[in-house]
Amino acid sequence: MILEAKNLSFSYQKSRTIFNNVSFRIDAGEILTILGTNGAGKSTLLNCIANMYKPDSGEILLNGKRMSDMDISDVAKLIGYVPQLNSPAYGYSVLEYVVMGRTPYIGAFSTPGAEDYQIANESIEKMDIMHLRDKPYTQISGGEQQQVQIARSLAQQTKIILLDEPTAHLDYGNQFRVVEMIRNLAKEGYSMIMTTHNPEHAFILTGKVAILNRDGMLCVGCAEDTLDAGTLSELYALSIKTKYDADAKRKICIVC
Amino acid sequence: MTDTVKKTSALSTLNGKSRSNKWEFALVIAISLISLFVLFTTSLAVGRYSIPFDYTLKILFSKIFFIEKVWGDIQEAVVFNLRLPRSTAAVLIGAALSLSGATYQSIFKNPLVSPDLLGVSGGACVGAAIAILMSAGSTIIQLGAFAGGLIAVGITVSIPTLIRNTSTIILVLSGIVISSLMSSIISIIKFVADTDTQLAEITYWLMGSFASISFIQMLPVLPTIIIPVVIILLMRYRLNVLSLGDMEAKSLGINLGYTRGIFILCSTLITAGCVSLSGTIGWVGLVIPHTARMIIGADNKRMLPVTMIFGGIFMLAIDILSRTITSAELRLGILTGIIGAPFFLFILFKQKEQLK
Repeated sequence: MILEAKNLSFSYQKSRTIFNNVSFRIDAGEILTILGTNGAGKSTLLNCIANMYKPDSGEILLNGKRMSDMDISDVAKLIGYVPQLNSPAYGYSVLEYVVMGRTPYIGAFSTPGAEDYQIANESIEKMDIMHLRDKPYTQISGGEQQQVQIARSLAQQTKIILLDEPTAHLDYGNQFRVVEMIRNLAKEGYSMIMTTHNPEHAFILTGKVAILNRDGMLCVGCAEDTLDAGTLSELYALSIKTKYDADAKRKICIVC
Repeated sequence: MTDTVKKTSALSTLNGKSRSNKWEFALVIAISLISLFVLFTTSLAVGRYSIPFDYTLKILFSKIFFIEKVWGDIQEAVVFNLRLPRSTAAVLIGAALSLSGATYQSIFKNPLVSPDLLGVSGGACVGAAIAILMSAGSTIIQLGAFAGGLIAVGITVSIPTLIRNTSTIILVLSGIVISSLMSSIISIIKFVADTDTQLAEITYWLMGSFASISFIQMLPVLPTIIIPVVIILLMRYRLNVLSLGDMEAKSLGINLGYTRGIFILCSTLITAGCVSLSGTIGWVGLVIPHTARMIIGADNKRMLPVTMIFGGIFMLAIDILSRTITSAELRLGILTGIIGAPFFLFILFKQKEQLK
């Protein structure tokens, strides 16, 4: 067990409950796909797991230790976070951006050293984006920025990587390439937690799926069993069918 | 994108590139330091009472090496008692204000931010103006400016806590509120000030000047500038991370409130210290970090040292101009505005591709 969430609850301003009594666990190499409608609170849940928001009640255990008792930089050595695409104010080069993943290992009065740049370079190489290395982050495409952000998480050398809608703003091809990449990283032993609006991603990733419904309940299970026509239709208020496709060798979703 | 991991590619060319970056940095630092030195010597030589350039160098180094005295006592006195403190102050204040501006620009993720954002200059003006109103001496005016700056920022940073929203945007808005409150208070003070003496003194103070700076006057302020400068330089890599945004900084293990607090405190001390010495000097903290970023890139690791040297050069050049272009000395605030504004437009023009 690497990450365990126990009875998490969260509400904004004590008025609207975002989620209630949420529990799940994830092991090394596992994938958790969080589905939910717009405004259901997927990002809020992810931000709680990422140690950015404090849940109202419940606790998160990292390798058996309570996250709330841990130092913020120790959490950052275990959990990497890939936010939704944004545009930073300054045009750091891709290398400078990726090396920032080394921050939890760099003292407050220090700057990244040769070893940190070495690790950053290896992460860039692993994502196969060496050609972008010296370009300003602000001047590359959205898909490339997504890759750079994941490279930064790799440089952070965490056990868990959280991704907030990594496929948003990406074209059809890049969406599936990112999903493929997430699956490969899980094979290497990273625990991946991502939010998405596309239930099909859960089928491709074949891991656990968590559905956050409007009442703030999270139901967790394996993608194959949990995502049936009834559940999906109810979640998205649409008539959705799922069926096995022999060519894709997985279930696919059809809106009818 | 993932299936093929090409191990064959660029690792071999890596070191070559980073080495050329290092050389670029060393070159920029070397050239700007030489320019600073040349300008510094020039600043000691020129003015109403001009001194030959070689004499200036000899006078300057006579304190360190033995050099046969070929210059007059008046020349030596002008260099050491009048111009050396003044030029030292110009370099120090230019460098410190630029560093302070660059720090704010990173914390607030906005390249258009200047060190005045949280009201430090406005507060310092009020403090100084009150001191002038009470016909206080220059030490009290200096103290009033310093305290006023700190109090104004103190009020600004406590507003987000009071209204229970510690986001950056509330902090910035609080800064705007306090700044405009301060400028109103200055208007009130000007309105009640004695029009023959105090009003002129306040007005001149607001325009900034190095004319009356002495080493004795600088000494007590020096630690409030130097220590924060050193802390910011040591912690400068954290500025990169803070400039990515609150969430990302947190996810990279930064204790946001604490780190941002240290930077704000340091920048505030620097600006309050500078303003208490020279009066308000606009534009430097905005324009110089831009210039440095354009030349050396955004990475604060390399950008901040360059910014400081550039700031020193700029301020020194402004000071030389202020006492050479007209017979009556021009105030710094006038020149930094007149030169800074078109210079800033030029930078914006050069950077139009990057800025969005």
